[in-house]
Order: sequence, then C-alpha cells, then structure tokens
Amino acid sequence: MKLRFSRKTLCIPYAVFLVFFVIVPMLVILVYAFTDRNMGFSFGNFVKFFSDPTKLSTIVYSIVIALITTAVCLLIAYPVAYILARSKMKQKHVVLMLFVVPMWINFVLRVNAIREIFNWIGLLGEANYFNTVFGMVYDFLPFMILPLYTTLMKIDGSLYEAAADLGGSAFNGFMRVTLPLSLPGVMSGVTMVFLPSMTNYVVSDMLGNSMVTIVGKFIYEYFGSDWHMGSMVALILLIVVFISTWLTGGFQSEENVRGANL
Amino acid sequence: MRKEIAIKCLKAAFIGLILLLLYAPILLLAVYSFLSTDIIGTGGSFSFVHYEKLFADPVILEMIGNTLLLAFLAALLSTVLGTLGALGMFYCKKRTKALIHGASQIPVINAEIVTALALAITFVSVGIGKSYFTMLIGHMVICTPFVVLSVMPKLKQMDGSLYEAALDLGASPFKALWKVVLPQIIPGVISGFMLAITLSLDDYIVTVYTRPNGFETISTYVFNATMRGNAHTAETLSSFWALTTIIFLVIVLFVVCSNLAGRKKKEGSK
Repeated sequence: MKLRFSRKTLCIPYAVFLVFFVIVPMLVILVYAFTDRNMGFSFGNFVKFFSDPTKLSTIVYSIVIALITTAVCLLIAYPVAYILARSKMKQKHVVLMLFVVPMWINFVLRVNAIREIFNWIGLLGEANYFNTVFGMVYDFLPFMILPLYTTLMKIDGSLYEAAADLGGSAFNGFMRVTLPLSLPGVMSGVTMVFLPSMTNYVVSDMLGNSMVTIVGKFIYEYFGSDWHMGSMVALILLIVVFISTWLTGGFQSEENVRGANL
Repeated sequence: MRKEIAIKCLKAAFIGLILLLLYAPILLLAVYSFLSTDIIGTGGSFSFVHYEKLFADPVILEMIGNTLLLAFLAALLSTVLGTLGALGMFYCKKRTKALIHGASQIPVINAEIVTALALAITFVSVGIGKSYFTMLIGHMVICTPFVVLSVMPKLKQMDGSLYEAALDLGASPFKALWKVVLPQIIPGVISGFMLAITLSLDDYIVTVYTRPNGFETISTYVFNATMRGNAHTAETLSSFWALTTIIFLVIVLFVVCSNLAGRKKKEGSK
C-alpha cells in the first residue's frame, strides 16, 4: 500500500519541537518547584518564599513599578494611537512606523543610550526608581501603541457619526463608543507591558544602578544558587500569566504586536 | 474654524513631542559618535575615532559576527519549522489545531525569563549541558511562534480551492504546496522571518541562560561592559555609540528602501 501524503503531517516537526522544548521544560519547572534538594516532594519552597519579609516587600515594589510603567505607557500611548487612528492623513502608517523603528535597535544598546543621558545630566545613581520607570516606558511604549492602534482602526467610522447624529457630544461619543470598543486593545497592551516591567531586569539593573530589584532578578539570583526556589518563582509568574490571559480572553492581533505586519 | 486648527496643531505637537523623546537618546549618541570625546556633554572636534576603535577591536567584531550569525540561523530554522507547522495546523482537525496553537502560544505570553530558566534547567538536568545548539534552540523557542502567527492569517485568506485544482490537474501534493500554496502565503513567511531576526538580535535573557561558556552577543557584551566595567570602559562605551549609530542607520535605510519598493509595487499594479 502506498503511503498517502497528508498535509496534516507537516505540523509533526513543530509539534515534536513544542513538546520537547516548551511543554517538557514547563513540567521540569513544576517538578523542581515542588521538590527539595533531595528531590523529595515538598511545599517548602512555597512557604519559604512567602515567609521572607524582604522578598515580599521587593515583590510589592516590583508590582508598583510595573503598575506605574503600565499606567504611564497607557497615558502616552492611548492619545498617540487615537490621534493616528482618527487622522485623515494619507501617510499615517509612516508616522506609526516612526514609533516602531527604535524598537528594532538592539534592546541593550537602547537602554545604554538612556543610561548615557542619565549619566550626563547626573541622574544615574541618584533617582534609581525614576530612571527604571523612565527606561521601561521608553522601551515598552511601542508594545502599547500597536495593539491600541490596531483596535482603534477596526472601529467602524460610521459609529462616530451615528453617535454625533444622535446628539452625543464629542466627549460622550468617546466615553460610550470609542473607549468600550478599544478595551481589547487596552487589555492586550497592558499585558504586553506589565509582564516585562515585572521581569526584565536588564532595564532595572542598567538604569537603577543595581539598586532596584524586580521579580525577574530573583529568578536570576536563584539560578546561581537554588533551582528549586527559582522554579517556584517562575511557576508563580507562569500562573499569574495564565490567569491574566484567561481573564482578558487571550490575545487579539498578536501578529501585529511587534510590528510584524506594518 | 480657528479652534479646529488649534486642536490639529496640538495633536501634531503631542505626537512630535513623544517622537522627539523617543529619538533624542539615539540622536544624541549619533552626534557624539562623530566627536573626539569619550564623555557625553563635553565638546570635541569631528572625528571617526569611535568608528576606528569599533572596527579595530577583535572582541567587539567577534561578538557582532556571533550576533548576526545566530540571528540568521535562528530565523531561518524558525521560519522553516514555523511555516511547516502553520501549514500542518491549518489542515488539522479543530481540536488538534487548538492544542498545538495553545502550546505554541506559551512562549509568546510567558515572561521570557521563565522560558529561559525552564530551558536551562531542562538542558542541564538531562545532561545535555549548554552549547551553541541549546542556545539556538532557545532562540527558536521564542522566534517560531511568531512565525506561525504571521503565516496563519495568510493561510486563512488563501483560496483553498486552488490547491484542489492543482491536484486535479495532476500535480503531486508537494508540488501543489510548493507552487500554489507557498506563493500565496509568502508575504507572511517573509514578515515572520524578519520578525524572527529582530527577536533574536534583541534577545538578552534567553541567550544568557542557554549560551555556551564565553559566547557573547551584542546584548550580553554591552550589558556586561556597562555593568561591570573594565580597564578601558570609557573607550569601550564610546565605541558602542558608533555601533548604535550604525545599527540605526541600517534600520532607517532598510525602512526607507522597503517603503519605496512597496510604493513602486502599488503604482505598478494600478
């Protein structure tokens, strides 16, 4: 019997790849998180992590930094995306492109550029938390602008006219038409910014003069000393990610999140 | 009328201000990369000294080469794997498709550091250790899902009956995929490849956790140089100004060229 070629079989290499390098590593983390150094089952890591007051206060700091970063990004990105999406300018995708281009410069070199400026104006080492938040906003802003722009572009223009025809003021139209319809974009932008703000310690190390510790840095420190604790922190982050994804109903327009289809 | 113009100006000013803030650090470095000083804020005369230093330092040249080769390999392999994966998934049953898609989304939504730690612990636990291979796998894990995501929409837009028509006309399934399906999804494949390149070039965290000893990319090298410092830190740091400027210029050139090419194509099709 001749083996018939089926197009479905094309996904086998990728499926195998995912099992070995995505699923299995997640299971390995799960195992490490709930075992002690002798590989016996234990809740010890969990208890140890949450009973350390310095760890807990760092987590609170880290969450506050991420919240402020996300809020500032949203406050800047929403007007930008809104103005661009509603603009009748022909070349508006060129302006959008201008917001994405810096993102293609190497991430560490970009952070280094801000570091040089802070060094020049004397902020480096003086205002660690401000520097960290500034750097994160600078780096993650496009992640917020792109999904917002995509959702705002999708809104049917006649809805604005309808709102105006029905006597709604511009402000009312925005609050009752634009804002609710753009919420999916807000959600996906918020998740895209919040998570790296909590975990990407490159920014906090380089701009916070190593004085600002965020959750991601714990994992780095544990990687050198205690894999079980490191896996526990990673697992907690993983659970947070899954819950927030589930709450926001998955990610819409992921393919455009990093400016792929501009 | 006057109010409308004022609002328009205000909007343009806001966009302009944010763009100015985004570009100021890069442009400042670009200016200083052509001055003969190692300290930003001080004066200097026009010179290529930072560029000369950049191209005279074998360590820096090696890490640039490392970064480019790694990005190219990772993007190429990710594009092949991801395109095949997207094709296969597209024709799978709904449940299988949802399952693979779900697994594929894990590295996309996950914090990069969790992906990196999980891979590193797994590689070391099963005794593979860390090598160029494990680092390449690490980069593929973060790149391939994005290739899948950029190919998928093109598959959905594709006219499915063309494949059947090709089979009816006697083409083998492979030939039909190659000659009929691939040309329709190629824009997605190309943007997936480009996305994979930028993701790999940008990566710091996965590289640090999965790389072999002594291997440096631009990200790891610059991070270490700024954080730890060494005997000639000021000199090294100022050669990064030149590097940043070169990368920026290459990107601008690429964007302008691809925009012009895109415009020509549009005019041609009119």
